Amino acid sequence: MKRRDSLKAITLSSLGFAGMNPQIAAAESITPPDVKPLKVPGGRQKFEAERDAKLNADKFFTPHELKTVTILGDIIIPADAKSGSASQAGTPAFIEFMMKDQPQWQTPIRGGLRWLDNVCMKRFDKKFADCLKAQQIEIIDEIAYPGKAKPEMSQGVAFFNSMRGLVATGFFTSQMGIKDLGYVGNTPNQWEGVPADVLKQYNLSYDE
Amino acid sequence: MDVPQIKKAAKVYDVVIVGSGAGGGMAAYQLSKAGATVALLEAGGYFDPADPKYINQLKWPYESPRRGAGTTRAFGDFDAAWGGWEIEGEPYSAVKGTEFHWFRSRMLGGRTNHWGRISLRMGPDDFKRRSLTGIGEDWPLGYEDFAPYYDKVDDLIGVFGSKEGLRDAPDGRFLPPPKMRLHEMMIKKAGKSIGVPVIPSRLSILTKPIHDRGGCFYCSQCGRACQAYADFSSSSVLCIPAVKTGRVTLINGAMCREVLTDAKTGLANGVSYVDVPTMTEQSVMGKVVVLAASTCETARLLLNSKSARFANGLANSSGVVGKYLNDSTGASRGAFIPALMDRKRYNEDGVGGAHVYSPWWLDNKKLDFPRGYHIEYGGGMGMPMYGFGFGMEGRNSLVPGRDGKPKEAGGYGASLKDDFRRFYGANIGMAGRGEPVPLESNYCEIDPNTVDKYGIPTLRFNYKWADAEIKQAKHMQDTFEEIIHAMGGIPLGKKPGPESNYGLEAPGKIIHEIGTARMGNDPKNSVLNKYSQAHDVKNLFIVDAAAFPSQGDKNVTWTILANSWRTSDYIIDQVKQKNI
Repeated sequence: MKRRDSLKAITLSSLGFAGMNPQIAAAESITPPDVKPLKVPGGRQKFEAERDAKLNADKFFTPHELKTVTILGDIIIPADAKSGSASQAGTPAFIEFMMKDQPQWQTPIRGGLRWLDNVCMKRFDKKFADCLKAQQIEIIDEIAYPGKAKPEMSQGVAFFNSMRGLVATGFFTSQMGIKDLGYVGNTPNQWEGVPADVLKQYNLSYDE
Repeated sequence: MDVPQIKKAAKVYDVVIVGSGAGGGMAAYQLSKAGATVALLEAGGYFDPADPKYINQLKWPYESPRRGAGTTRAFGDFDAAWGGWEIEGEPYSAVKGTEFHWFRSRMLGGRTNHWGRISLRMGPDDFKRRSLTGIGEDWPLGYEDFAPYYDKVDDLIGVFGSKEGLRDAPDGRFLPPPKMRLHEMMIKKAGKSIGVPVIPSRLSILTKPIHDRGGCFYCSQCGRACQAYADFSSSSVLCIPAVKTGRVTLINGAMCREVLTDAKTGLANGVSYVDVPTMTEQSVMGKVVVLAASTCETARLLLNSKSARFANGLANSSGVVGKYLNDSTGASRGAFIPALMDRKRYNEDGVGGAHVYSPWWLDNKKLDFPRGYHIEYGGGMGMPMYGFGFGMEGRNSLVPGRDGKPKEAGGYGASLKDDFRRFYGANIGMAGRGEPVPLESNYCEIDPNTVDKYGIPTLRFNYKWADAEIKQAKHMQDTFEEIIHAMGGIPLGKKPGPESNYGLEAPGKIIHEIGTARMGNDPKNSVLNKYSQAHDVKNLFIVDAAAFPSQGDKNVTWTILANSWRTSDYIIDQVKQKNI
């Protein structure tokens, strides 16, 4: 806090109004003093801004876990002719945030990463991130297709389904992903109805 | 420890209104325009959809660290509602084996800031359920009493729709409806082939600017609240204009504790409240008290307003306060429409919500459940938000790949990435919203053991769906599949069956609760007369949906607005006649 601001705070809160009303003084005495003032962004409630600041300051994934999440993300959504990869769109940071924002993700994802490392250790004597690309794909092929995966890989299938969803959401809600998808809304416009060529394509008409 | 002292404000207002949603906002607007001085109490903070401090409209998903997920807001990070089904420090409970979920918005305008803007009139038969079917209750009023007020609400607030001449879904004074989106045209065509009517929606969104408000600019984000005031929120359309009359004192952060009464006359003379920012006890005095705190909060306030004279709670000599609580039924289903794959991209955001809906079309006399429902539709190339892409493993094997060959479900890599593009905009959803039968055995009461953080005793719910509602949900599910099949679509997930009451949402989840202080002609089994005036306390009025004996399948906001306006006119008349 700047010195000028802290003086203002002392004047208003601790000496000013509080001195005038015993009810308010009593109420303030049970409120811990603000450590540092937080700027609440537009559209947020104060408690949300405080919560976001705290979540952003915390870390969930270890460097090894984050590395594995990044590799998995780019296997699920690689760069192609149209757009970049999951990691180029910032997806690992989004997944890290979701672990803290919705803690019910923590055990399935952290546990899933360990499951994956354990399978790789048994087969290749290396953790997933340290495996060769071909070894990684060999394992992924066994958990990426729920319809043909072996029963003993079912936990891996469930984990990969979650990762596929998180990575897809992270990518397609990014600036890069939205452009790739071709969503062209979220801007003031006049809705004039379905374009004529599309009506023709579907053999539909507004006059029916 | 200091004993909190109750400080009485000197001023006596003509009217004290509790709650700033549709009912309270309309009363504040009408009464202040008529010249009354009004204290308008709102438990939550100030909110103006046009103030950048509050705007989420036109933000992109990546401007939210959770990409719009509903972690702290039930309907997503950009939704306008402050509050939800759970609010820290404001608990409620349910009797074992029963369930109710209570959604509260703590803000100026209440739940009208994020609502679906579905603005339906109740039909003539909706007011006469007991006479027509032998179960439920009649209103002490009919459609003819409401029609002129529905007209006035249409003109003041604005609603689009089409003249259809349907008896059960009366036409209003409509603005032009927006044209259908592509999937809505397909739904309409499919509906026609199986006898389900699909007509333009009736939403309070300005397809043409009226009064001083802007016109819709088609961003589809009414749920985030509109900075152009192009949709109806009580904050923008009623409360803020009411405050501008100079006669309304808006008190935000006023969490009401009790309605105060004069021990001698038994009349209401004010309201005591906790001033939330300072956690101090306050009161405000008035000649007339109008409650519009929302169906359950209004019941809670009455039941907590106990005195020697009103030992059972205020206006509760009938014992009916809290009873006959009822929420709309709701069930839904999603589908994948192969014909909508690989779509041409264009902006089809449109207005917030569906451009079409299906009003109830069948005769319950020929069915095994007594009440109808309408269907709301979703779909289109919407803004990708949190949740986008989940569940692709349940879809991408349903149709061949680009090469025409069968595809294995799930996958990864370039081919999966391409699937997200191919499937974008090819899903639709449908949701039924049905009329429940109000039951005395569904109620809220004061929990004997619990208070909230303000020390106010909390509500305990007792609510169970009956056979009538479960059978209605079953019918919804059958209809959804019929429509999906008629579209050449593939229903997603397993069809909900008896194990889940056919997907019937838990009570409270549809947020259409009404009925806890119902009006009627007989003071022995109703709380209010047909002017929403308490039988027991002549200067106490209730203008939220607590007053309603039934709700049709008509999403009651428009009826709340009409009834609040009608009640306000009555209050003005009774004051002029010196009856109150």
